[in-house]
Amino acid sequence: MEKFSRLEAVAAPMLRDNIDTDAIIPVAHMKTMSGEFGKSLFANLRYQDDGNEDPEFVLNRPQFRDAKILVGGENFGCGSSREHAVWALLGFGIRCVVASSYGDIFYNNSFQMGLLPIVLPPAELEKLGAEVTAADGVRRTTVDLEQLEILGPVGGHYRFDVGPLKRRALLEGLDAVGVTLLHADQIDAFQSRDQGRRPWIHQLELGR
Amino acid sequence: MSSKTLFDKVWDDHVVARLEDGSDLIWIDRHILHEMTSYKAFDDLRSAGHPVRCPHLTLAVQDHILATDPGRDDYTYDKGTQFIQAQRRNTAEFGVPLVDLDDERQGIVHVVAPELGLTLPGSTLVCGDSHTCTNGGLGALAFGLGSSDVGHVLATQTLSLRRPKTIRVSFEGKCPNGVFPKDMILHLARSIGVAAGNGYAAEYAGSAVRALSVEGRLTLCNMSVEWGARMGMVAPDDTTYAYLAGRAHAPKGQAWDHALEAWQKLPSDSDANFDREFSIDVSQLPPQTTWGTSPEHTIGIDEVVPDPAQEPDLDRRKSMKRALAYMGLKPGSAIEGLNIQRVFIGSCTNSRLSDLREAAKVAKGRKVATDVRAMVVPGSTPIKRQAEAEGLDQIFLDAGFEWHESACSMCASVNADYVAPYERCVSTGNRNYEGRQGRNARTHLASPAMAAAAAVNGCLADVRRMKES
Repeated sequence: MEKFSRLEAVAAPMLRDNIDTDAIIPVAHMKTMSGEFGKSLFANLRYQDDGNEDPEFVLNRPQFRDAKILVGGENFGCGSSREHAVWALLGFGIRCVVASSYGDIFYNNSFQMGLLPIVLPPAELEKLGAEVTAADGVRRTTVDLEQLEILGPVGGHYRFDVGPLKRRALLEGLDAVGVTLLHADQIDAFQSRDQGRRPWIHQLELGR
Repeated sequence: MSSKTLFDKVWDDHVVARLEDGSDLIWIDRHILHEMTSYKAFDDLRSAGHPVRCPHLTLAVQDHILATDPGRDDYTYDKGTQFIQAQRRNTAEFGVPLVDLDDERQGIVHVVAPELGLTLPGSTLVCGDSHTCTNGGLGALAFGLGSSDVGHVLATQTLSLRRPKTIRVSFEGKCPNGVFPKDMILHLARSIGVAAGNGYAAEYAGSAVRALSVEGRLTLCNMSVEWGARMGMVAPDDTTYAYLAGRAHAPKGQAWDHALEAWQKLPSDSDANFDREFSIDVSQLPPQTTWGTSPEHTIGIDEVVPDPAQEPDLDRRKSMKRALAYMGLKPGSAIEGLNIQRVFIGSCTNSRLSDLREAAKVAKGRKVATDVRAMVVPGSTPIKRQAEAEGLDQIFLDAGFEWHESACSMCASVNADYVAPYERCVSTGNRNYEGRQGRNARTHLASPAMAAAAAVNGCLADVRRMKES
């Protein structure tokens, strides 16, 4: 996983609630195992019926093409569990999303892949959204995971919080499986104790 | 000892380790894989050199990117071939049992797991699919994951999770005729809002839930994620035990007796505290359908399309306007009588035998309207066989419905079953998002009976006014 500590980049405003993972990447664009999904990000919004880019869509506008931060609304990434949504954001170059809440599965998936999902209270998010809209891609936004703060493009200052384990994993680029396997002894102990306690869970023959 | 909710009991029973930030390392009892989200997890495992820790607690299926045409194989839907074959290769390499295309147990992942008796009360069950919460209908703590977490469970049989808050949703009263679990859950999404459940585990309770069959409870729990709750559960009771008894992988003999004893202790203690309570009276509920592009965009069939001008919240007003434009609807217009072109009866929400029976009651002796294409896609091959044994397939075929092989089909349109641009589809699936059933497709969610009623009327119709023929 790519580390994340401090990011200074253009932030793009997409100030809508309930941006679902079907919108982030439509299923028609998931039918490949290539691992490259950046071009498919927001495909139904980004491209017109004829396949050409919609010049009005925020990420197609010249000043936001290199955006690495996306400012959304409430319930960002709701819906399908598809991690492709995170892959598509990262593939485009987005490393950080700011929203007032997230779909729980998307939120977890983001950390697994090195995408930082920041939660701001609705009023703060509205302020940041206004700043980012006013800056129009000219001034940059800074996201600092060490200091847990955002410096908006027009001078706003926002504090945020991330669980300490998740924060450290991002800062150090830790592998989640590796971290869990530090508890291998406890997992072994649980399993052997549980086999006696709930044998009906563990005695399973699933062959054809 | 302090009193506990159903959720608390199951969670606490699975804690392997308390982690430093208030998260817990949770043991996973059952892990189900489907072909669209597991290939990446196997790739991760391979590159890190991890084996699958508990292949015997893992089951793979093929359901998302399969053709539903009779006689289908790996090649019928060409874009699916590589996923189907990768699933077969990966599961063979890692020793994971697979329910393949031609297996008599084949079906949609959240239909198959309960059907096989894999989903047990008090167990933890995960799958790389957001509708894994379906399995909560049997009293399991079941939830969806992304591909990285699928890999994590394969390698460790655990997940590191922050403990969610708890919400109890009580449905009280008796559902009127023509009103089904699908209507209950759509109405909940409307009443509580699609973001309400974020960070929560839900328990469904109340007299209307107790009265439901297990299949109905699965439908209810299926759409927990549509109002934000990653997990939704119904406490096990005699209905649950009667459903499970004798299923292929449910415990037998003495193991059953021991399991039953444990299961009977699971229901929430009478004085248990929930972080939030929400209550709905279903006794006057009309059949529901969606008008917009979010499951909260739900109305009764006897209501009119809402007017954004009357919505005080600015963000909601914006989203309503956008939804109306996408759906091609005008505020204040009746939803009943709206012409449709497609009908889809299927999905992990509504493809079980009871769903097909309800739809068949409406379809029997009638004809699908001219210019409407209607398809029925059973949730599993066993359901398809049973429906055929009961003659349901013939009722549908006589009425002009298509009768398909089991798969996710037009709920997510992962395969070749999709809705053409600007066509209107009544779907028994779970999401009416923009583009969900195809680019510019317009989806109206409804129960199987309502979907069948729409098919034979050529428009959204009130199933309460249709007599059985």
